[in-house]
Amino acid sequence: MTTAVASSPVLRAHAEDQFVAELVALAKADDRPRPPGWRLSPHAVVTYLLGDVEAGITPKYIGPRRLIEVAVATLATDRALLLIGVPGTAKTWVSEHLAAAISGDSTLLVQGTAGTPEEAIRYGWNYARLLAEGPSPAALVPSPVMRAMQIGAIARIEELTRIPSDIQDTLITILSEKTMPIPELGQEVQAVKGFNIIATANDRDRGVNELSAALRRRFNTVVLPVPASVEEEVDIVSQRVNALGRALELPEVSAATEEIRRVVTIFRELRDGVTIDGRTKLKTPSGTLSTAEAISVVTNGMALAAHFGDGVLRASDVAAGIRGAVVRDSESDEVIWEEYLEAVVREREGWQDFYRAAREAE
Amino acid sequence: MTATSQIHILGVRHHGPGSARAVTRALAELRPDLILVEGPPEADDLVPLAASRDLVPPVALLVYTDEPQLRSAAADTTGGPQIRSAFWPFAVFSPEWQAIRYAVDNHIPLRFCDLPAAYRFGMAELELDGLRVDPIAELAAVAGYDDAERWWEDIIEHRRDGVPPFAAIAEAMAAVRATVQRTQTTPAADTVQPEPETGRPVVTDEVREAYMRSVLRAACKEGYRVIAVVCGAWHVPALTDPMPPAAQDAALLGRLPKKIPVTATWVPWTHGRLASWRGYGAGVASPGWYHHLFTTPDRVVERWLVQVAELLRDEDLPVSTAHVIEAVRLAEALATLRGRPLPGLAEMTEATRAVLCEGDETRLKLVFERLVVGEQLGRVPEETPSVPLMRDLAAAQRRLRLKPEAQVRELNLDLREQTDLARSRLLHRLRLLGVTWGTPIQSRRGRGTFRETWRLEWRPKYTVDLIAASAYGTTVASAATRKAREAADQASDLAEITSLVESCLMADLPEALGPVLTALRDRMAVDVDVVRLMDSLPALARTLRYGDVRGTDTTALTDVVTGMAVRITVGLPPALTNLDDTAAAAMCQRVEAVQAALNLVADIVPVRDRWLDMLAGLADRSDLHGLVVGRINRLLHDDRWLDSPTVERRMARILTVGVPPAHAVAWIEGFLSGSGLLLVHDEKLLSLVDGWLTAVPPDTFIKVLPLLRRAFATFTAPERRLIGERIRRGSGPRLDSDAEEKLDSERVAWVLPTLTAILDEATSPTPTPDGVTSSAEVA
Repeated sequence: MTTAVASSPVLRAHAEDQFVAELVALAKADDRPRPPGWRLSPHAVVTYLLGDVEAGITPKYIGPRRLIEVAVATLATDRALLLIGVPGTAKTWVSEHLAAAISGDSTLLVQGTAGTPEEAIRYGWNYARLLAEGPSPAALVPSPVMRAMQIGAIARIEELTRIPSDIQDTLITILSEKTMPIPELGQEVQAVKGFNIIATANDRDRGVNELSAALRRRFNTVVLPVPASVEEEVDIVSQRVNALGRALELPEVSAATEEIRRVVTIFRELRDGVTIDGRTKLKTPSGTLSTAEAISVVTNGMALAAHFGDGVLRASDVAAGIRGAVVRDSESDEVIWEEYLEAVVREREGWQDFYRAAREAE
Repeated sequence: MTATSQIHILGVRHHGPGSARAVTRALAELRPDLILVEGPPEADDLVPLAASRDLVPPVALLVYTDEPQLRSAAADTTGGPQIRSAFWPFAVFSPEWQAIRYAVDNHIPLRFCDLPAAYRFGMAELELDGLRVDPIAELAAVAGYDDAERWWEDIIEHRRDGVPPFAAIAEAMAAVRATVQRTQTTPAADTVQPEPETGRPVVTDEVREAYMRSVLRAACKEGYRVIAVVCGAWHVPALTDPMPPAAQDAALLGRLPKKIPVTATWVPWTHGRLASWRGYGAGVASPGWYHHLFTTPDRVVERWLVQVAELLRDEDLPVSTAHVIEAVRLAEALATLRGRPLPGLAEMTEATRAVLCEGDETRLKLVFERLVVGEQLGRVPEETPSVPLMRDLAAAQRRLRLKPEAQVRELNLDLREQTDLARSRLLHRLRLLGVTWGTPIQSRRGRGTFRETWRLEWRPKYTVDLIAASAYGTTVASAATRKAREAADQASDLAEITSLVESCLMADLPEALGPVLTALRDRMAVDVDVVRLMDSLPALARTLRYGDVRGTDTTALTDVVTGMAVRITVGLPPALTNLDDTAAAAMCQRVEAVQAALNLVADIVPVRDRWLDMLAGLADRSDLHGLVVGRINRLLHDDRWLDSPTVERRMARILTVGVPPAHAVAWIEGFLSGSGLLLVHDEKLLSLVDGWLTAVPPDTFIKVLPLLRRAFATFTAPERRLIGERIRRGSGPRLDSDAEEKLDSERVAWVLPTLTAILDEATSPTPTPDGVTSSAEVA
């Protein structure tokens, strides 16, 4: 539970630590009413996520304002929030920042998997103590959800639809009654004001463990879309790549917006199955080709450029990464990529360097 | 201005429910003895019709010119003189409509005070956007709103407290107008501006307001004591004191062009049309929502979301009361977060999406169509004056001597004759407008491409349909054109647009054809289902081939058909994999139909070779359904794309032990179905089939027998008999050299003269004796 070695810098800081200055500044200037248990007013939470250049708040989410407003209003009305979207649409990112801004703590996290046990949502036992002393509060190991109820904070559940249905349904009492009974002790934990749950679920996994109607009813749903335009996506990728580059202490690579634009263009075209100009229809590969993947392709390219290249992000640095993202495992992806190279990339003006690089990368 | 007259200017937003409510309240308090409303004075006589219970909004005032008019220099080249028309739509929640209702209910005179349409039709309308700043947007920007509609909603439409906002509106508008006049180079107020290209005078606000003032002055002179004026908020400052001198207005109006004779009437309108309307009062994006705002007495949010829930339940989507409660809470929380006094449509939509629809956009779309826009349709009473569309139809009926009759009759048309062609076009156009006066039926006199047979029956309801359709245009042709374009925009699948293309060609609507073809091309590009393309192609190819009978221009259609054929050629191979028996049979028919279509237009659409090449590439694939491959081989063989030895080799390979009998028999069925003549004439093929069939083991034979039977059942009886004979005799001399049948020479003698007459045109026809039917069997 405690941080092991505080002195060595962590690879990735929690949102509330990384943006602590922004959160403090917002809290200071925030004169609007705050819901009980909230660190900031709903308005300030929205500002924290969408950014405010004048106040020195960086945007965390680039996308429709109304989505974030609905998400925050949902949490303010004491309803659980379900974020849905294809992989890589910043669901986890948004939930982390919402938790950081509202509760100042984004660590109360349950990762949903096919093997998530009930203990991960309710509570477990320290068996040595349980055997030695019998059931007692001291032998109880609370789950992140239980701790969130006790301190009045936001608990996050990742990939809710991957959790088996019977385990999912333990959430129903928690969400409707806001209590968690502990029959072994004859006690219960009642949620303190400020408690709420943000769950994320994957669009493509729908049907893996579809939420029961009873549980579904307790969530407000916000669908996070893929970025609306090339510009928006280029913005997101550049911003995240820069932040990641700083965090990983990569040598400075000149921000090659053109190369990023190219990556984003390729991803969008293959994802949408049509070229940007709308003239040529394309087949869609099996991978999701999300913004998150574009970010990792560019970051990877930056590392290549910094360590093995001339310090400038070039077509050859990203070509292999793009191919890896597009061609997953099936044979058809190979054909799709081939077709795309021949029909689109080869013909496009100013893309010859990329065409050569992509051919070399094979 | 006489001191005795008390004038109240009620500035409104057209189609604003808040304004409507405020107007109702203000009128009840003021008790005016005359109401002036912004609208065409020609419609003054139509106001009493509002008393009728059958005049139900949404309705529109339609004013149109009695004679065709030149539109403008630009339009002349294309359209020529046309009936000009203009609409003034009203919904229940329009302040103007509320004023009309008040006047009718309380027997108070009401006059429309805008510049008469009789002048306007002779003038050039100025484009509203660009030339004038949107006053409401200005005010909204000052108030810190990015969306003008929302600002107006918050300040005016959502007010339910009852304080009439008219004084505030007047003040605000005066301020906006002052800024605009300072920043813009507005034309001098005392002249009528000519349009630069045509030299025709432009309808400016100055002219319109001068006219409104002159009406107002006249009303004062007549001695009305309390006059209420309902007009767009923008005009308020122009109608309040201090007004410019009457002489200045009179001078301005004196320079107006000559009046054009016009007629006015009521026509039914719809909420959908209100939403898409561009013109007077501009479009209202959400008529259904406004209707709700206006008609709901209290608890606007709750009632709206309950309606949404009911709509979703009707569609069998589970929505509980708890859902509605949470939706209301979310809408209110959002409104607070956004600093709005009350949840507006945006908040309602978000709440509906997140809670009631569980993030599902399709459901939300349903809510938008059914509730936010709404499906209300207006009604007009029977005594409403007729519309120009009906006059145009009546003229056409007289010209073409086609009287509308209630009794059913049949009409045969020969499209080579001008009158008949015009009749056919008229009937097709009316069908596009939903007036099914004529229904095309199968002709009894053969299926010549120049013949058409119609079943005519005129029903009284067509009159109402025509009034409704008059919103589309003033002539049958222009209305049908507009309707076809709209239908193309809304069509959901390819087949719908394809039939629309056919209709446009048959109805001779060249102006609609372009947009419809564009829609077809767009839909085609995104349609991944090659099957739908294949279904659409034959009809289009037919139209392309026979279109010239009707004298239509088919260049654009050629492009579309070519594109479609190329897409089919590219997309067919993947569509053929993994077909079950039923799908394979259907696919065979499609392939055949496409083949026939491409043959039909081979000289116009140069895709046939590519198509056959593609088929040839498929003809040897063993992973496809046997039926399809067999059929493809047959088509290629018939088209001489494959020579007989290749086909024979292929068939030999299929009919070997290595191929499962089920696949082989499917192949045979595909290859042979339709006609057995091939087997009769090609010995090698026949002996292949024969040899294979005898080699099939007995238990397998029982399995393939039904399939074989099905294949052979499609042959004609003589074909079957001939094949049987050939098999019985084994491989003998060729059939045609063999007089195998003992002919009765006496009976043959009877037939010979007829045959000679048919075969040899030089011979004079001989009378046909009885028993000629036997020739069919001999031949």
